[in-house]
Amino acid sequence: MKDNKKQYWKGIEQLTNDPAFVKHADKEFSGDLPLGNEEGEGSSRRDFLKMMGFGIAAASLAACETPVRKAIPYVNKPVDVDPGIANYYASTYFNGGDYASVVVKTREGRPIKIEGNPDSKISQGGVTAQVDASVLSLYDDERLKKPQAKGKVIEWASMDKAIVSQLGSIAAQGGQIRMVSNTIISPSTKAIVEEFKAKYPTAAHITYDTISAYGIMKANEGSFGVKVVPSYDFSKANVIVSLGADFLGTWLSPIEFTKQYSKTRKLNKGKKNMSRHYQFESNLSLSGANADYRTAIKPSEEGAVIANLYNLIASKSGRTKVSAGKSIHPYINKAASDLLASKGKALVVSGSNDPAIQTLVNGINDMLGNYGTTIDLSLPLLTKQGDDAAMDSFIKEASSGSVKAVIFYNCNPVYNHPKGATLAKALAKVPLKISTSDRKDETAALVDYIAPDNHYLESWGDAEPKSGSYSFVQPAISPLFDTRQVQVSLMRWADRKDDYFEYLQQYWKKASGTSGIAFQGYWDKAVQTGVFELESSTSPSENTTAMDSLDVAIAPQETISTTVSNFQGDIMAAAASIAKSYKSGGSDYELALYHKIGLGDGTHANNPWLQEMPDPITKATWDNYVTISQKDAGTLGIKMFEGKSNMVKLTVGGTTLEEVPVLIQPGQAEGTIGLALGYGRSAAGKVATEAGGIDANPFIGTKNGGLYYAITKGLNVEVLSKEYQVAQTQTHQTYMGRENVIQESVLSEYKKNPKAGRYEPKISTWQAEDHKVDPSTLSLWKGHKYPNHHWGLAIDLNSCTGCSACTVACHTENNVPVVGREEVINRRDMHWMRIDRYYSSNAPVDDLRGLEVAAENPEVTFQPMMCQHCNNAPCETVCPVAATTHSTEGLNQMTYNRCIGTRYCANNCPYKVRRFNWFKYHDNKQFENTNTAMNSDLGKMVLNPDVTVRSRGVMEKCSFCVQRIQKGKLEAKKEGRRPTDADVNTACASACPADALIFGDMNNPESEISKFLNIKDIEGDYGIDKHVQEPRAYHVLEEIGVKPNVVYLTKIRNKEEEKKEA
Amino acid sequence: MTRNFSLARITTTLLISCMCLLTAGYNPLVAQEASSELVIPEDAASISKGEALFKGNCTSCHRVHKKLVGPALANVYERTPSIEWIIGFVKNSQKVIQSGDEYAVNLYAEYNNTQMTAFTGFSDQDIMSILGYIQQETLKGPEVASGGSAENAKEDGGEATGVASGYLTVLMVGLVVVLALILFVLILIITVLKKYLNQRGLDEDDAEVVNATLSLEGIAKSKPFIFMVIFIFSAVAFKTVIAGLYTVGVQEGYQPSQPINFSHKIHAGQYEIDCQYCHTGVRKSKSANIPSANICMNCHSAVKTGSKEIQKIYAAIDYDPATKTYGPNQKPIEWVRIHNLPDLAYFNHSQHVKVGGIECETCHGEIKEMAVVQQYSPLTMGWCIDCHRKTNVNTKGNAYYDNLVEIHDKNSGGEPMKVEDIGGLECSKCHY
Repeated sequence: MKDNKKQYWKGIEQLTNDPAFVKHADKEFSGDLPLGNEEGEGSSRRDFLKMMGFGIAAASLAACETPVRKAIPYVNKPVDVDPGIANYYASTYFNGGDYASVVVKTREGRPIKIEGNPDSKISQGGVTAQVDASVLSLYDDERLKKPQAKGKVIEWASMDKAIVSQLGSIAAQGGQIRMVSNTIISPSTKAIVEEFKAKYPTAAHITYDTISAYGIMKANEGSFGVKVVPSYDFSKANVIVSLGADFLGTWLSPIEFTKQYSKTRKLNKGKKNMSRHYQFESNLSLSGANADYRTAIKPSEEGAVIANLYNLIASKSGRTKVSAGKSIHPYINKAASDLLASKGKALVVSGSNDPAIQTLVNGINDMLGNYGTTIDLSLPLLTKQGDDAAMDSFIKEASSGSVKAVIFYNCNPVYNHPKGATLAKALAKVPLKISTSDRKDETAALVDYIAPDNHYLESWGDAEPKSGSYSFVQPAISPLFDTRQVQVSLMRWADRKDDYFEYLQQYWKKASGTSGIAFQGYWDKAVQTGVFELESSTSPSENTTAMDSLDVAIAPQETISTTVSNFQGDIMAAAASIAKSYKSGGSDYELALYHKIGLGDGTHANNPWLQEMPDPITKATWDNYVTISQKDAGTLGIKMFEGKSNMVKLTVGGTTLEEVPVLIQPGQAEGTIGLALGYGRSAAGKVATEAGGIDANPFIGTKNGGLYYAITKGLNVEVLSKEYQVAQTQTHQTYMGRENVIQESVLSEYKKNPKAGRYEPKISTWQAEDHKVDPSTLSLWKGHKYPNHHWGLAIDLNSCTGCSACTVACHTENNVPVVGREEVINRRDMHWMRIDRYYSSNAPVDDLRGLEVAAENPEVTFQPMMCQHCNNAPCETVCPVAATTHSTEGLNQMTYNRCIGTRYCANNCPYKVRRFNWFKYHDNKQFENTNTAMNSDLGKMVLNPDVTVRSRGVMEKCSFCVQRIQKGKLEAKKEGRRPTDADVNTACASACPADALIFGDMNNPESEISKFLNIKDIEGDYGIDKHVQEPRAYHVLEEIGVKPNVVYLTKIRNKEEEKKEA
Repeated sequence: MTRNFSLARITTTLLISCMCLLTAGYNPLVAQEASSELVIPEDAASISKGEALFKGNCTSCHRVHKKLVGPALANVYERTPSIEWIIGFVKNSQKVIQSGDEYAVNLYAEYNNTQMTAFTGFSDQDIMSILGYIQQETLKGPEVASGGSAENAKEDGGEATGVASGYLTVLMVGLVVVLALILFVLILIITVLKKYLNQRGLDEDDAEVVNATLSLEGIAKSKPFIFMVIFIFSAVAFKTVIAGLYTVGVQEGYQPSQPINFSHKIHAGQYEIDCQYCHTGVRKSKSANIPSANICMNCHSAVKTGSKEIQKIYAAIDYDPATKTYGPNQKPIEWVRIHNLPDLAYFNHSQHVKVGGIECETCHGEIKEMAVVQQYSPLTMGWCIDCHRKTNVNTKGNAYYDNLVEIHDKNSGGEPMKVEDIGGLECSKCHY
C-alpha cells in the first residue's frame, strides 16, 4: 500500500543519533523548572514557610486597597478614531529592495500589525517576515530622538542653517557634493533630488544596492539597449531553471515571485499540471529547497553550467555554441530538454551579479522565446537601480579627497558595502558629512550631522516599484520623536521652505493632470487604496484593477528608455569572459555569501522578531555561521556533538574572520561553505549587539564591475578547538520516528491516482469483517456538536515554500514573547507556529556510506505546524483544572487565567505544539535586550490589546486567532448576517504569500475551505463528522484518532519516478 | 453510674447540637401567612421567572429597596390591602384609582400623579412570581453598598443555595422539631428514671451522681462543649476568611469622587440625554468610551458657563469663555476609572448593547439616579456566567441566529435559547 519508504530526518543530529538529540527526542521539555535552590536542601522548608508568610501578608495587603486607575479620554476625539476599533491604512513598505504594498492596522492610533494589500498587483496581499516585523522597528528605542551634530543634540533649524551655508560655500568653490543612497523608488523624491542637484550644480546622486542586481541591468544594456531589471512572470513558466537565484527568498521581488510560483504549484481536480523547477546552487536556499531537481554546484562552476546549458539549447536553436568548460551535472541535459519542450513558457534566471553570466542567461531566454511571455523588459522592475561601478568610483573619489560633502540618504555603506572600511577611512577627508539614518549606525557614527528620518509608518510618500505601477505611503501615526522625513530635510537643504506633503500633492496634481475637486477625489482614492496601476501597464494577473474607475492620464515620470531592441548581446565576449574567470575544479574551499530571508541585508538587525525567527533551512536563530557539507566537515575534522561544533577561522588575502560558528548543512555543495550577510552589526542597537554574529560584507568581491557574492580562490579554513552552539529550533519536538507525518508523491503518480502518496492507516478491530477499519470511525468519546461554526485550516504542502512570514505574523498578532538565544538553546522557544523542515532521501540511512549520500543533496519538505485543534484533543482530557477545553466551534481553547502549569497537556500533545512560559517575559530585566516588545513603554505599544500577555507558569498555544474569529462574528451579528470568509481569517493565512493556508468555517458550504477540501457531512456513530473528500488531504498522525481540524495536502514533486537504490 | 453519667452527657450534647443547627441554618425563617388563596410562590423556578420579569419590565420605575419613580416594593405584599389588589393595580392601575380605592388614590397622590403603565399582558401567575421575587429580595434585606462586607459572599455562594434554600428551610424546621421532641422525651425519661432510682434508695456515691444538678460550670468545662465552641469558632472564621477573599478585587459599590462633579442624575435623569450621546462607542466598539471634552463643550460652551464645575473643564482644555477661544495648554481630564475589568477578560459593549439588546441599566444600575456614579454590578465571573445562563438570546431579526434557533427549537422542547445554549459559557468567548 505504501511504497513511499523514504526516511525523514530533521537534521544531522537525528541522522547520526547524536546523544543530545536522543536525550531530548522523547521529551517535550528539556529540563526541570528553573527554580534552583542555591542554598541547599536544609533551608527549603524554612523558605517554604517564608514564602507562605509572605504570601499571606501580600494577599492581605492586596485585599486592603485596589489601586485607583484613571480613565483618560481624548481632549478632542478625532472623528475617525474610536477606542477599541481598529483602523486600517494602506501604505507601502520598501526596504533593501523589498517592496510590499501593505495595510497597517492601528488601534487607538498605534500601528500594531502589517498586513498585505490585496489590491496590489505586485505584492498581491502577500508579505514577508521582514515586512511583518517592520512594525516593531517603529517602536525601536535605539532610534534617534533628535537630530545630532557631532554627537550632540541640536535643533533642526540651526542644523539646517549650518548645512545650507556649508553646502552653499562648497558648491560655490566647485567642491564636489555627493548624495549616496540605496535605490529610491519614489518619483516625487527623485524630483526633490533633482531640485537639490539643480541648486548645487556640483552635486551627484549615487545609488547602490545592498543586494545588487547590477549584473542584470548591465547585461540587459548590452543585450537589449535598456539598462533595467525586467519584470518576471513565474506564473506563466512551465519550466523554471534557476542558477543560484533564490527568487522565493531574497532575489529581486520575492513576494511577487512566490505568489506567481505558487500558482503554478497548485494541484486540484481541474488542474493536474505543475511547473518543473530546476535549481543549481551552492547553499541550500529556500528556492533550492522547493525545487524538483536541485544540483549542488560550486560558485566556480556557475560559468560552466550556464555555458553548457546555453550550448545544449543553442544546438537545437541553430545558434553558435560557445566554448564551455566541462560540467558533469546530469540535470543540465534534462533541464535543457525540458526548456526546449516548453519554449515561450519557460524561464531561466540567475542570481549571479556578473554581467557575463546574465548575458548568457539573456541569450538562453531569447532562444526560448521567453521575452514577452515570462520576461517583460518594457515593464522594468524599479526596486533595484543600484550602480556598483558608480559606487566604486565614489569611494575612490572620496579616498582621493576630491569629495567635499556627502549626504548618506538612509544608507549604511560603511557596514554593508564591501569597501566600507575604505570608505570609513576616506570619510575623514570629507569636510561635510551628513546622514539621514534613523539611528547612529556604522556610517552615521562617522558623520558630522545626523538628520534622523521618520519610520515609514510616520511618513508620506509615493513609490513606483514597477514602471507604471504606483503605490502610496501614508502615515499611520504622528512621528514619535523629533525626527523629520528625509524628503523634508533635502528640501530644506535645497532651500525650499514648503512641506513635503504639499510637494507630494503638487507633484501628483501635475502628474495626473487634474486639479481642484477632481484631484482631491483622485488623491483620496489613491491613498485609500494604496496603489494604482496605469491601464497600459496592466499586468497579466487576473486581479481587477484597483483604480479602474480612475480615468487620469499619468505622464511617465521616469525617462527610462523603453525602446527595447532585439537581442543583440555579445554572447561570444561574455562566454570568453566566463571561460576566463570561472575555473572549476580548484581544490580551494569556496565561499558562497547569501542573505537570509529573516534578516536580509541587516537593516533590521535590531528587530528581535526577525532575530528569533528560525531560518527556514537551518532552523537557526540569533546567529550567522558557516554552513558546510557533511563530507567536508569530516575531511576538516569538524565534529558536531551535542549541538556544539568547532568554530573555524576564515582567511582570504588580508581579511580574516576569527571564530565563526559552524553548522553542518545537508545539501551544501561539497567544497563550498555558505555564510550569511547582514550580521555582525556593531551599531544597530542592543538587540543586534545581543545577536552579534559575523560581518561577512568585507568578503564580497567584484566581477566584471558587479559585486560578486562569492570567493572562489584563496580561502583558508582553519578549524579551531573552541566549540560553539548555534541556537537551533531544529531538533525540537520530534515525532519519534513516526513516518506518517509527511505524505508525498510525484506528479506522474498523482495523475494516475490523486491519492498517490497517501498513507491511510487502518485499525484492527474484531467487529469489522476484514477486521480493519478507518481510524476516524473509532472513538472513545462521544464527539462534539458544532451547530454554529466549525473552524478549520487547510495547508497545502505543495504551495508552502517555508518562507516563515506566517511565523512572524503569528508572533505579532498574538503577543508571543521573544526568548533569546540561551532560551532557544534550552528549547524554550515560544513560537505558536513553527515550520517543520524535513530532509529526505531515497538512500538508506542505516549504513555510514548511505548516510553521506543522504546528506549530500536531500529533498526538503516544509510543514507548518501549529495546534491542530483536535476534536478528540488529548490535552483536554489530562488537564486537572480544565484550563484547556473544547468549544462548540471546534476550537481547542486555552484559558491562561485558569492554567496552573502542570504541563500535562504539553506532554500529552502528539504534535508538540504547546508552549510553556518558563519565565515572565514581560517587564523582566533578563529579557530587556531580547523581548523589547514587552519590556519598555515604547515597545509595548506594538502589543495587540485584544490578546492577553501571558505570565510565567502558564501554557499557551495557537488559538486559531480566536480574537479575529470573535471580531468577525461580531461584525456579522451587528449586520444581521452570517460571517463569510472575508470576515474571519487567521494571521498566518492572511500573511501567506503562497496562499498555502486556507482558513474558514467548514460548516459553511460556501466557504473557500469547504470547497477546497470538498467537505461532506457524514452522520457517524457519535454525531456529524466532517468528511474531507479531497484525495490529497490527510491528517498528521491520523491513526491515533484525535481528529484534528487542521488538514494537510500531500506534497507532490514534479519529478520522474526514480529507481530506488537497493 | 456510667449509664447516668452518659445521660447527662447526652443532654448536654443535644442542647449544643440544637444550638449549632440553629446557627447553621441561620437563614431567617419566616412563617407564611396564607391569607388568601393566592400564595406567593417560593420555588426557585417561579422566583427566577419573577426576577426576569421584574428586571425586564419594572426596573425602569421600581426597585425593591429603593424609591425611584415609583415606590420601593419591599414588603408590598404586606402593606397593600391584599394580593388581589396588587394584581388589579398592576394590570390596570388607573382603573383601581378611578374606582375610588382609598389606598390607590393616596398612593397616586403621593407619587405626583404619575401614571403606572398598565401591564394587561401579565397573567395572575406572572404577577405572583414577581411578588415571589420581591418577597425573596425583601427577606434578603437591602444590599449594603460597602463592597468589602460578607454581604458579597451570598453572591458568590451562587447557584446551589439559591435553588435549594426553600427546601432547606423546610428541612431545617423539621429537624429542629424532631430534635426538640427527642430532647423533651429524654428529659422526661431522665426525670422518670431519677424518680425511680431515688425511690429504690441509693448509696451515697450514686445518689450524688443521680441528683447532680445541671451546673453551667460543668457544661462549660465539658470536652464536647469546648470542642463544639472551637469548632463553631473555626468554621465561622474560616467562612469569613473565604468570603473575604472572594471580595478581593470586587469593587461593587465603588464610588470614587471624580475630578469634576459630573452628575448622571442631571444629564441622564433630569435632561434625559441619551447615553450614546456621550458614550459614543457603546454600540460599535468594545469600549463605551469616556466622552472627550469636546463633547462636553457641545453644550457647555453655552450652558452653565459660570458653574464652578464647568470652569474645571475650561481649565483643562484651556478655554476662555469670554473670547470663546482655545489655548494651547490642553490636557485631558483624568477621570477615576470605576469599572475595572481584569485584563484577562475580554468584554465588548457592542455585542451586548447592539446585538444583545441589553439595557445599560441592567449592568450599570439606575444610572439616571446617580449623582455620583458607583459600580452597580460586582463584575465577577460568577455574575457574568449567571447572566449568560439566564438571558435569552436576542435573535429577532438577526439572520446570524436563524439556523441556531432552528436547531435549538428542534431539541429544546420550547425552552427559549439562552446565551449558554450557543456557547456563551465557553472559555475563549471572553478569555484569549
